[in-house]
Amino acid sequence: MSVLLIAEHNNKEVKPFTLNAITAASQIDQDLHVLLIGSKADDVAKSLSEIPLVKKVLHIDHEIYENYIAENYTAAILKHADKYSHIICSANTFGKNLMPRVAALLDISQVSDIIKVISPDTFLRPIYAGNAFATVKSNDEKKCVTIRPTSFEAAETTGGSAEIEKIDAADQSENTKFINREEIKSDRPELGTARIVISGGRGLQSGENFKLITDVADKLNAAIGASRAAVDAGYITNEHQVGQTGKVVVPDLYIAVGISGAIQHLAGMKESKVIVAINKDGEAPIFSVADYGLEADLFEALPQFLEELNKLNTIQK
Amino acid sequence: MKILVAVKRVIDYNVQIRVKDDGSGVVTDNVKMSTNPPDDNAIEEAVKIKESGKATEIIAVTVGEEKAQETVRKALAVGADRGIHVKVDGNIEPLAVSKILKKIVEKENPDLVFMGKQAIDDDCNQTGQMLAAHLNWPQATFASKIEVNDKSLQVTREVDEGLETIEVNTPAIVTCDLRLNEPRYASLPNIMKAKKKPIEQINASDLGVDTNPRIEHIKIEEPPKRKAGIKVASVEELVQKLKNEAKVI
Repeated sequence: MSVLLIAEHNNKEVKPFTLNAITAASQIDQDLHVLLIGSKADDVAKSLSEIPLVKKVLHIDHEIYENYIAENYTAAILKHADKYSHIICSANTFGKNLMPRVAALLDISQVSDIIKVISPDTFLRPIYAGNAFATVKSNDEKKCVTIRPTSFEAAETTGGSAEIEKIDAADQSENTKFINREEIKSDRPELGTARIVISGGRGLQSGENFKLITDVADKLNAAIGASRAAVDAGYITNEHQVGQTGKVVVPDLYIAVGISGAIQHLAGMKESKVIVAINKDGEAPIFSVADYGLEADLFEALPQFLEELNKLNTIQK
Repeated sequence: MKILVAVKRVIDYNVQIRVKDDGSGVVTDNVKMSTNPPDDNAIEEAVKIKESGKATEIIAVTVGEEKAQETVRKALAVGADRGIHVKVDGNIEPLAVSKILKKIVEKENPDLVFMGKQAIDDDCNQTGQMLAAHLNWPQATFASKIEVNDKSLQVTREVDEGLETIEVNTPAIVTCDLRLNEPRYASLPNIMKAKKKPIEQINASDLGVDTNPRIEHIKIEEPPKRKAGIKVASVEELVQKLKNEAKVI
């Protein structure tokens, strides 16, 4: 049997988290087929076919799939799910919305948000916001699995030449209508995939003071994060929130500024490769996970930090 | 319009959980339990809709052991009219919960079902979508804004790219994000009044739903600990360490 991965895309490009999910799917079974459901998405089909780990691309193209609606995607997936042992997608808002609907209709108990493939039926997944890891074995005949993207490397995107097979669309749901999407446009790297993240907390004391964070972020080409306390205080908007109820990030470098390190927040960043904490309270819990802790007033430390960075001849981007 | 709100009892979000030594689960004895946080947002939204005159009745439902009733009682104290407790012991998976909720929906015929987008214990994020699938109803997940119209809802959803707005015809399922509203606290008089509101108890086994787990928990363990780091004395030292030791800038 083969595995079927559901691709996320915008009809022009494959979304990056799909590449991480492809890596995980290929660890379950190398006979990996990708299902592309879209409208005028031939370019996406072509890019998917060039991914060496992909053995076949199934392409459903119909105008009803111009926007992603879980109800419509589910009908299309169910039409073609028979031949597969596993149905897989990324555990971001795309896959979290979609997969349970598919699993329920196949009467499968879904395995959500895995961080490791132990065998085709056994997986490691975080529970309690990463405060415990569970090794779970699915006893369903067919499996529905979602992949935590940051736990797997992105698949190579060139060198492959998988066959593209056009397949049929399914019926459209009459009860859900797409209205619009407001994408947050930014020149900065996306929080979920950035190599460096610098986050501010309640210690910043105001939205204006986030400029201190922004200046360093500009210098390091970093994404900007925030604690829930900073978001709740209105210093910065919600899409910057890192933590159990916000985004989970795993950058090479995470800089926490004026963040005490509530359990909530740690859950979203403690897997980062290198963690820096800048806080004037030497007892703050954030220091217990920091590789480098600086006990200092952020209003003095951040401008100095920028100054020191400016002295460096080169900075990795 | 009738709104059914599903709530779950979980370990309080401020508790640092502890893994049992035998790897069978996490310690729940003598640990503070609360309503799953986004479920509070689901209740709050239902109460606001009722206060605006667009809903006539709010039913809070939970699936779980005897003490799970506490979450229903709390919902009653902030404005739900009556409660249902579907009693089941032991671990129950979202798939089974969604099948139980389907039975309750068929019995109560609500126009809307609200619940939190995810429970903070198992972090599955499945039940709402699964219930929508079983009922063949539309789903609006991760809602941060809900506008109630005559026979439809306009829902703004928190997605990775930003905000997405969809329109779903009722009946519909909505799963709620923490952004949706600010849940109120129950006042003492309302807590007293809630004690008199009815909670119907149903045994899961009487609903004809198979609740046997399909997923085996082989082992629950602590995540790998980060090794202790160091404190640096100055910003200058920090930058040098990042450049020359960690090699990340």
